[in-house]
Amino acid sequence: MKKTYLLNMGPAHPAMHGVIRLILELDGERVVGADAEIGYLHRAFEKQAESGVWNNVIPYTDRLNYVSPLINNVGYCLAVEKLCGIETPMRCQYLRVIACEISRITDHLTCVGANAMELGAFTVFLYLMKAREGLYFCVDKLTGARVTASYARVGGVKADLPAGFQEQLREAFRTVRECVRDSEALLTKNRIFVDRVQGIGILDKETALAYGVTGPVLRSAGVPYDVRRSQPYLVYDRLDFEVPVGTAGDNYDRYLVRLAEIEQSMRIVEQCFEQMPQGSVELNKGQLIEAGLLADLGKRGKTGHIWDARADTDPVIEGSGRTSKPDIAADRPEVVLPSKEETYGSIEGLMRHFELVMWGRGITPPPGEAYFAVEGGNGELGFHVVSDGKDMPYRVRVRPPCFFNMAVLHKMLVGYTVADIVATFGSINMIAGELDR
Amino acid sequence: MDTKALLAELYDVVGLGVSALSGSGFDAFITVEQNSARKALEFLHRKGFNVLADLTCVDYLRYGFDERPLPPSHPHRLRRWPSPPKPPRRFKLVYRLLELDPAEGLARGRLAVHVWATGKEAGPPSVMDLWPNADWLEREVWDMFGIRFSGRPDIKRILLYEEFVGHPLRKDYPIDKRQPLIGPKEGAARTVVSDEPLRPDPS
Repeated sequence: MKKTYLLNMGPAHPAMHGVIRLILELDGERVVGADAEIGYLHRAFEKQAESGVWNNVIPYTDRLNYVSPLINNVGYCLAVEKLCGIETPMRCQYLRVIACEISRITDHLTCVGANAMELGAFTVFLYLMKAREGLYFCVDKLTGARVTASYARVGGVKADLPAGFQEQLREAFRTVRECVRDSEALLTKNRIFVDRVQGIGILDKETALAYGVTGPVLRSAGVPYDVRRSQPYLVYDRLDFEVPVGTAGDNYDRYLVRLAEIEQSMRIVEQCFEQMPQGSVELNKGQLIEAGLLADLGKRGKTGHIWDARADTDPVIEGSGRTSKPDIAADRPEVVLPSKEETYGSIEGLMRHFELVMWGRGITPPPGEAYFAVEGGNGELGFHVVSDGKDMPYRVRVRPPCFFNMAVLHKMLVGYTVADIVATFGSINMIAGELDR
Repeated sequence: MDTKALLAELYDVVGLGVSALSGSGFDAFITVEQNSARKALEFLHRKGFNVLADLTCVDYLRYGFDERPLPPSHPHRLRRWPSPPKPPRRFKLVYRLLELDPAEGLARGRLAVHVWATGKEAGPPSVMDLWPNADWLEREVWDMFGIRFSGRPDIKRILLYEEFVGHPLRKDYPIDKRQPLIGPKEGAARTVVSDEPLRPDPS
């Protein structure tokens, strides 16, 4: 008679990224049944979103997939813009694509690095974290924060590129390429690593489709579905990139697909810099006044100089001034905050500012609903927003790609050994912030 | 896929209870009566909608109402839009179907199926057997909105714990509501909450 027993893995287990509990039914060392219990990181994102104004949701989206926050910001803003019928300027769209692709690289680097570390390749983890650090430095320059970026705005982005950003990013990409090459040399043909991942955690095409799996996990199973290619948004239809596809759908293919996507994302960013319309951020137009002084002058009614001047702001919001506003935000005063110079220098700007920040005013999309899907780090990240014509969202639903990957996890675990769970679970890149919301 | 031709066929299968097609392209949606939902979804599954991209719900209890108190000195609130029409029932389930070509990797069609439900009696039948990921999605809808799907009696919560009281994404669930403390699974729940939790028990 065969006897099986139950084993709890998690919720406090070093390999359970974030917190998740796996309930395993084991026959010796072989897994014969598995169930995942999720929800340990539930933070009521959707309920919170309903209780604030439309713009208040953007910082919460940073906390969904916290290794690629910029994609979440952009996804939410695109959904609200679809509801309002807003088209953003070309430069803004390129900026969003650049931001998204940097985030996608950090997402994949974290996944591959953590997965390798859990299998004992600690050097690879350190190499890839070094590569990620350079990118986080660029994100910090661009948005003012390393992780909680909140870069996108409804109708635009926060600010234009800071001075010298392109060179910094090029330098960071050099590090990424170097580190990825080193990691590939250490892993791709490494017998120990390949034995741990090849032929393990196989997910076939049919099962993946039936469970609604998207992203690198689906692509590694041989379905080249990528939202950027299938339903191009922003300027992805103008960019030349490949969709890497695996064949076996095992952990090894997921690893290879992610590494290939890092290279494609870097290619996309490089093309963006070539194609992007020139911004006016570098134009030295008008006298430079320190921002605090500018606000003081405005409050005392001495607005004569302000209208022609430029605010000398903190480097964090560099590139959000009057000259660069037309490049980075749509010309829609009902959703886009005016620049500092306009707010303090003219009565119209001040009124526009108050109309957006006062209680009961703010962004009011027309009644209706919209669904917008973007390609997140893990797959199709969708935002379903419902408005009833007021300044607060009526409902914000996130379609988290992780949720679907986790729903199919048991299929990838059954039949393999306990030691393979760590490899398989690491390769699907579960992010608890997005899974539990 | 030609959605219009598909819908004409759907009318033949389901009969009344299917609304006209609204929206266009990938934003197209149809509204289906609750008792013909299963039949319609089965038909669409057979016709090639091989992926259930999402299943979610919206509670329309306070749709178009404004219940926030205004400060006395506040002028009347800006109303840019006329009040939206009254929804037919309280809850709307949204099945987001996707027709995915596995070879090309392109989305051939997207269709949202809206089903209105009251929330009091059992909701539409489960579609777990058509798309297995509906299992978790239906559990989430039950967890957050309290809509039971008929045909699956053993539904359990997914994001919250079993002892949670209420369904938090319903509009009548206050955002600041507290939940009772729960004890360990076996044994009585702790009813007396000490105000000095850090002091060790003297006995």
